[in-house]
This record gives sequence, structure tokens and C-alpha cells, in this order.
Amino acid sequence: MTIQLVFLARLRERFGVSRENFELPAQTPTHTNTVATLLAALREQGGVFAEELAEGRAFRVAVNQDVVQLDHPVNAGDEVAIFPPVTGG
Amino acid sequence: MTCVVRVQEADFDLGAEIRALRLGNPRIGAVASFIGCVRDMNEGDSVGLMYLEHYPGMTERELEKICAEASGRWDIFDALVIHRVGELKPLDQIVCVVVTSAHRGESFSACEFIMDYLKTRAPFWKRESTPQGERWVDARAKDDAAAERWKQ
Repeated sequence: MTIQLVFLARLRERFGVSRENFELPAQTPTHTNTVATLLAALREQGGVFAEELAEGRAFRVAVNQDVVQLDHPVNAGDEVAIFPPVTGG
Repeated sequence: MTCVVRVQEADFDLGAEIRALRLGNPRIGAVASFIGCVRDMNEGDSVGLMYLEHYPGMTERELEKICAEASGRWDIFDALVIHRVGELKPLDQIVCVVVTSAHRGESFSACEFIMDYLKTRAPFWKRESTPQGERWVDARAKDDAAAERWKQ
């Protein structure tokens, strides 16, 4: 299944991409895609992805523009944004 | 309660915004406003230029949610948030929050609440230019603590 990834601010610069399609395994009765499984798949790409998305690093994940926790499901067609802690105002 | 959220590159005129909110509404007895500006120093370094990025779509939604939460907690008539994006320099205005109500207590509290939540939840990021080069501003624990105290 395909999702759309969005990277913002410092992470967009580090990854060198702002928006891209990403393939995740199809959902099955025994496999559910979540933010946690997506992050694991991204880390497997190694390099800056493994570095910036390592556990303990400060970043936030929004699914369809709502900030969510690691166990939140990710479905086909979702827009998943990964970004640093916000610094507006 | 009416909530207006604007994310824009252009500057804003707080006086004009307040006049527009008060126009023809004699129920308003109090107006509280806040303006955030670009400082020329941050973390001990001089700042020449600042660039503000945001996440279009989510930004507006998040600001509207914050205003709705404020109106759930306090009896207010209007909440207005204007946040600028793009290139800014010291002395420029970055953000304004205006709240109207019948009495001052509600406006003061709601205005501060909206700002505290904006700082920790609205998807904006600052990149500043210093003599040492460009850098993304880090989130501050003080801002998290400021938002956290409203949960008590």
C-alpha cells in the first residue's frame, strides 16, 4: 500500500525531500501498519533516516494532519508528516 | 464565538484588526491582545534574518482547534490569530492574538492560553541567520512548561 510522506523544516533539509510516496506492506489479518512500523521501515533505509529517526530523537508524527502516538494506524493514502518540535510564535 | 485564523507573509495592523472586531458589537467590554516580534539576539548570537516555515493545512486546523478549546474554557466572543511566515527581520511582527469578551478576565486568560498552546502545538519552525551561519531554532522546555500549566 502507498502512503504520502511529508518532511518539514530541519528534517526536510536533512532528508533532502519534502514530499514523497512510500510503500508499506499490505495490511493483513496479522499485520497492521502503524506509525511505529513506518518508522522502522524508514530507519531500515539507513543513513540520515536511521540517524534522525532513531529512538530517543525529538520528532513528531502527524497522520492526516493530526499529531499521533506510535501505535496510531497508518492506512493506504494517508498523509504522514514527520517534523521537529515546533518553534513558532 | 467567532474564530479567525490567518497565516500570511504580509504584515498586519493590530489597531485595524481590533477596530474590525469591535465594530457594531456593544457586548464587547474587554479586548486583550498579544504581539510577538523578531528579536535581534537569540541564545547569545545576533540574528540578522529569520525564515518561518509551516505545514499548510495542519497549521490552520491546529490554530482553529486551539481557539475552540479557549472558547470552551472561557466565555469569549472572538479569537483572532494572525501568524506570519516567510522571511522576517528583527523588529518585524511575527504573530498576534486578539480575544474579546464582556469582562477582562476571560480575554486575558484566553489570550495567554492561545499563545502558550500555539508555541507548543502549531506547526511553525524558525530558521535564523547568525554570524555563525544558518540554524533551526530548537524547541524550548520553558514553552512546554507554559502550556502544561493550563492542564492543572
